[in-house]
Amino acid sequence: MSILVDKNTKVVVQGITGRDGSFHAKQMKSYGTNVVAGVTPGKGGESVDGIPVFNSVKEAVEKKGANTSVIYVPAKFAVDAIYEAADARVKLIVCISEGIPAIDMLKVYNYLKTTETRLVGPNSPGVITPEVAKVGIMPGQIHKKGEIGVVSRSGTLTYEVVYHLTLNGLGQSTCIGIGGDQIIGTNFIDCLFLFEKDPQTKAVVLIGEIGGTDEEEAALYVKKNMKKPVVAFVAGRTAPPGKRMGHAGAIISGGSGTAEEKIEAFEKAKIKVAPTPAEVAALIKEELVLIQQNKPNT
Amino acid sequence: MKIHEYQAKEIFKRYGIPVQAGEVANSPEEGKNIAEKIGKPVMVKAQVLVGGRGKAGGIKYAKNPDEAYQYAKEILGMEIKGIKVKKVLVTEAADISSEAYIGVIVDRKTKKPVVIVSQAGGIDIEEVAKTTPEKIFKLEVDPLLGLQSFQARDLGSKIYSDFKIAAKAADVIKKLYFAFTENDCSLAEINPFITTPKGEVWALDAKINLDDSGLARHPEIESMRDKDAEDPSEMKAREGGLSFVKLNGNIGCIVNGAGLAMATMDLVKHFGEEPANFLDIGGSSSPEKVLNAMKIILKEPNVKAILFNIFGGITRCDDVANGIVQAVKQLKPPVPIAVRLTGTNEDKAKKILEKVNLTATSSMVDVVKKAIELSKG
Repeated sequence: MSILVDKNTKVVVQGITGRDGSFHAKQMKSYGTNVVAGVTPGKGGESVDGIPVFNSVKEAVEKKGANTSVIYVPAKFAVDAIYEAADARVKLIVCISEGIPAIDMLKVYNYLKTTETRLVGPNSPGVITPEVAKVGIMPGQIHKKGEIGVVSRSGTLTYEVVYHLTLNGLGQSTCIGIGGDQIIGTNFIDCLFLFEKDPQTKAVVLIGEIGGTDEEEAALYVKKNMKKPVVAFVAGRTAPPGKRMGHAGAIISGGSGTAEEKIEAFEKAKIKVAPTPAEVAALIKEELVLIQQNKPNT
Repeated sequence: MKIHEYQAKEIFKRYGIPVQAGEVANSPEEGKNIAEKIGKPVMVKAQVLVGGRGKAGGIKYAKNPDEAYQYAKEILGMEIKGIKVKKVLVTEAADISSEAYIGVIVDRKTKKPVVIVSQAGGIDIEEVAKTTPEKIFKLEVDPLLGLQSFQARDLGSKIYSDFKIAAKAADVIKKLYFAFTENDCSLAEINPFITTPKGEVWALDAKINLDDSGLARHPEIESMRDKDAEDPSEMKAREGGLSFVKLNGNIGCIVNGAGLAMATMDLVKHFGEEPANFLDIGGSSSPEKVLNAMKIILKEPNVKAILFNIFGGITRCDDVANGIVQAVKQLKPPVPIAVRLTGTNEDKAKKILEKVNLTATSSMVDVVKKAIELSKG
């Protein structure tokens, strides 16, 4: 088992004939992902690395049974791409595109709530279930199949943490980059809920950063609703207030959204916070040992 | 992006939000002329992109054009929170009966635009929220429907018992909501929103913050950018597609990805030093981007060592290595460089770096320690 992405995932790549879309379509396919179709309006009938291209997501769903879309189109076309995929009733949309205006995302978020479609992102590196399927842009080779769930607002920082997990023999069930924007489709709590239910996942790594209060809410959620251990890391202790640190969502405003507040919230919820990305793996090992010790002898 | 009060008022005017007569002045003479044109007592208001202008003496009441000249002279060139005042807004002074607050924000928590009103205007709304939260009324708006008139009327009546005034406030609330959504604002605020003894209402102050991701579709707002208010290096970086924030430490950081860049700064601090900057070269980084990044960092006199932390994914380590080689050859950096490369084409990249006698490590902790050691000469 895993969450969001598994062996039944059939991917349609929106923007497959673009530079990023074609490159990552090939990468996903060579990782073993079942990439069934691509979409670029006006380029139906072509193919990219043997993947058939259609004019619309609807066609890709009808003819190839696509159930997951990954979006690589430029920001100004991305909102339309999301609505199109939702209209074609794909179950999961992973939006890699960065730079969608927040006002548009407010509409997208509230519209998708009335549908059965889940959105991960925008500004997400994607979702990977190691050795099964990758839907996104992360380097597949650093991942390894296993029991640790990873959820993060970042891209390369997640790779850093995953790299250390793998080096320490800690494989992953699923890794999700929820995206660095202010308004995103799936948040920490949604992922924690899914990891708690997933039998393959034994422990969860949560990687947060400055801005907003999602980490604080996640901490409360873990305390109230989760039996599985969670280990956290928070980036941005040295970030100055009022400055956007790359990600649209990474800004300390009005004195709130600081790393200190988030770390304090985690510690209050008895969630261990790693001081450096490399130390996440050691804390996860400690938690796994505790699970072993607490198991009733059989 | 932030814009000045006088610019926000231009946008307000387009939406029919009542704003008093006024113009912006760059010199005391201009200030006097504007005051003469208005022909009534005026306010002379410093135009800076920070709060607390009033407390700092940046807002003055002038009874006549000569006083306007005098105050403009005083305020122009003064420093408010370290920022030099280069423009003043000279605007008609108002007879104030009551001050209220009206604002619209993008609310991350509810994922909706939220309209906020309060009878407690003219003071910092965050302070009101802390000390007297019962004086604040919030409405979450369904972004798919927009703000309805009845909702605006309801909000208006929360701050005014007089129905006539409440109706005028409701009208302004609706207009502010339109201005907010149509211009991709992250915040649009009138504080204070005032009534006069004659029963008029005015937006006495105006604050608009823009969502950077929305600016591409509002060239007229992008052109309002105050280039003086931005750090020159930060501006250069933005124009070159790099994300850069200047800090005060000694370790210059060049990283791919925003989260990893922040974590790198944190690690520098963790080992007892301070980062000189935040710099994200982004994904699919070309050698040119690396060269630009080096140029920007080398301009900072306090930088004692440069640290590269690259985790290759879409970013190819060999591209970055080629950029470093070019930069070392062209710029001949006077400070030492420590490099970490992991991921896509790492081995190839490490060979490339040998050309300029650099040895890259694979560990983030090692590279940070090495950079700190090198910075101490």
